[in-house]
Amino acid sequence: MTTGRARMLWLIAVLLSFLLPVIYRNPYHIEVVASAGLYAILALGLNIVVGLTGLLHLGYAAFFAIGAYTYALCNVHLGCPFWVGLLPATVVGGLCGMVLGIPAIRVRGDYLAIVTLGFGEIVRITFTNLERFTGGPNGLLGIDHPTLWIPGRGIYDFGVRSVPYYYVIVVVMWLVAVGCLRLSGSRIGRAWAAIREDELAASCSGINIARLKLVALGVAAAIAGLGGAIFAAKQGTITPDSFDFILSVMILAMVVLGGLGSVPGAMLGALVLGTLPELLRGFEQFRMLLFGLVMIIMMRARPQGLLGNVQIRRELLVRSDTA
Amino acid sequence: MSPWPLFCQQLVNGLTIGAIYALIAVGYTMVYGVIQLINFAHGEVFMVGAYLALTVCLLVGASHALTGIALVALCLVMAVVAMAGCGLLGWGIERVAYRPLRPRPDNCLTPVGASRDGHTPRLTALITAIGVSFFLQNAVMLVYGATDRRFPALVPPLRWEVGGATVTVLQVVIVATGTVLMIAVQGLVMGTKLGTAMRATAQDHKACWLLGIPVDRIIVITFILGSVLAAIGGILFGLYYNTINFHDGYLTGLKAFTAAVLGGIGNIPGAMVGGVVLGVLEGLGAGYLSSQWKNVFAFVVLVGLLLFKPTGLLGERVAERA
Repeated sequence: MTTGRARMLWLIAVLLSFLLPVIYRNPYHIEVVASAGLYAILALGLNIVVGLTGLLHLGYAAFFAIGAYTYALCNVHLGCPFWVGLLPATVVGGLCGMVLGIPAIRVRGDYLAIVTLGFGEIVRITFTNLERFTGGPNGLLGIDHPTLWIPGRGIYDFGVRSVPYYYVIVVVMWLVAVGCLRLSGSRIGRAWAAIREDELAASCSGINIARLKLVALGVAAAIAGLGGAIFAAKQGTITPDSFDFILSVMILAMVVLGGLGSVPGAMLGALVLGTLPELLRGFEQFRMLLFGLVMIIMMRARPQGLLGNVQIRRELLVRSDTA
Repeated sequence: MSPWPLFCQQLVNGLTIGAIYALIAVGYTMVYGVIQLINFAHGEVFMVGAYLALTVCLLVGASHALTGIALVALCLVMAVVAMAGCGLLGWGIERVAYRPLRPRPDNCLTPVGASRDGHTPRLTALITAIGVSFFLQNAVMLVYGATDRRFPALVPPLRWEVGGATVTVLQVVIVATGTVLMIAVQGLVMGTKLGTAMRATAQDHKACWLLGIPVDRIIVITFILGSVLAAIGGILFGLYYNTINFHDGYLTGLKAFTAAVLGGIGNIPGAMVGGVVLGVLEGLGAGYLSSQWKNVFAFVVLVGLLLFKPTGLLGERVAERA
């Protein structure tokens, strides 16, 4: 899978992502790319559920929200610093993913999509209505920005600059990407692919379907929780409106556009859809209209996504040869 | 105050909004029936229907309650314009976002890019539908603005007291329109040649094609029919709430979709039952619990129902494809 050429492309992408703020000094554009990076983290997580395991999940933003609120509450009420807060956000996100997954995996196919959609809405409205804890529709304000203690230089406050957040996001994104790649080639990853391709055959081969689906949902939700904590720290304020159904759908669109099951695909999809509204800014009020059009055109031109999963493609070719 | 009038009032309100949900839900469920896809752009069709009706009102200059022949004539014109517009839109959506991604019925090899159970093209069509949805929302926003638009209260505010609850003429009209259209759709699907072709298409595209049923045309007719019903839903929604926004398609669409699933997706009487049940549950939830929790209530019922009876209230079909 990692041929010499693929390895070179990865290396170039990693180098480019780290050098971007040095080469290119427009802080606003760095900010845009940073949020695309945050989307990429989410897309990588959702790709585990939708792309690798084949479960259509429409409430993924809920776990992003849970992570964001977990960190924000820890920070505002307990004074928990950013780097420590990442842990509870990830853990709580993952646990919620599994707990909500236990009832959800009883249903299959489109019904799973609807149940997850329902959970997504329930979580968002619950955050809106629990005003005593979450500040209701006005959200939680005054979340601390991360700080970093640099030897000899004292404490560096991230503040509202975009570059430090950019680096945090890029580092987390590459770590998650490596994790996803390792996972997809592992025993667990192959079991996920087996579930996606044929659940019955997979269970006959001794795969514990329920447990592996829960692992997929849990890992994906933990990644979303981690992303949520970074988002909360970066924004300083979170409101339930940031985590609506549209966000779940956008992340799904990134995964599908990039190519289901493909790790680089999910990242590329996030980069394209994350920066597209900015690239279209010149069209002013027409940009979201064009955004919709571009989504249609891209999916029509490449139904399998920009970088279709190599494994799926191989399986398909074998199948059409024998058909 | 005894609890009975409150209950009746919430029941009446719930039935009214339930009739509107049911009209939209039928579109979701019919399309799902023939192509096993959730038409995410359907909520926007409903919203466009409401705006087309508003346009007619603005052109005619109607802004107050009308009576007699003028009211009937205006409602007819609104219905014709909105139905024609939305029907055209449904046709366009199918041609632009769905047909190009669907394997042709006469194609005996699954195209590369489609997994065996067809789940790649299914998700692809979901994304194009979302693209259409963004496009329509923003197109409407550009034409009519982002703020709430007032929809004229055309129907005179006559009301009766029934069992302690207040029933307006408009509520009666909405429920009656909904009922008549539902009976008509059920008659069309169960009693005509077109309906038979639709039900056959829902079962097996390839077999239909072999039997000479024009599968693509049947699918497009299904889209048009669903969109026409959504247009009526849009007009009734505008008349009932007197305010419309380009965002309305999203939440109302989501609820109508919930209603379709509640009744058993792919099942037309199910969509009607689901719409009414959801509307009534929402009305009662808003009346007895706090209204800010009413949406949670609707979704909790949905999730609970799906977990214990995954095929919906009346559904037989089990969706296996992810």
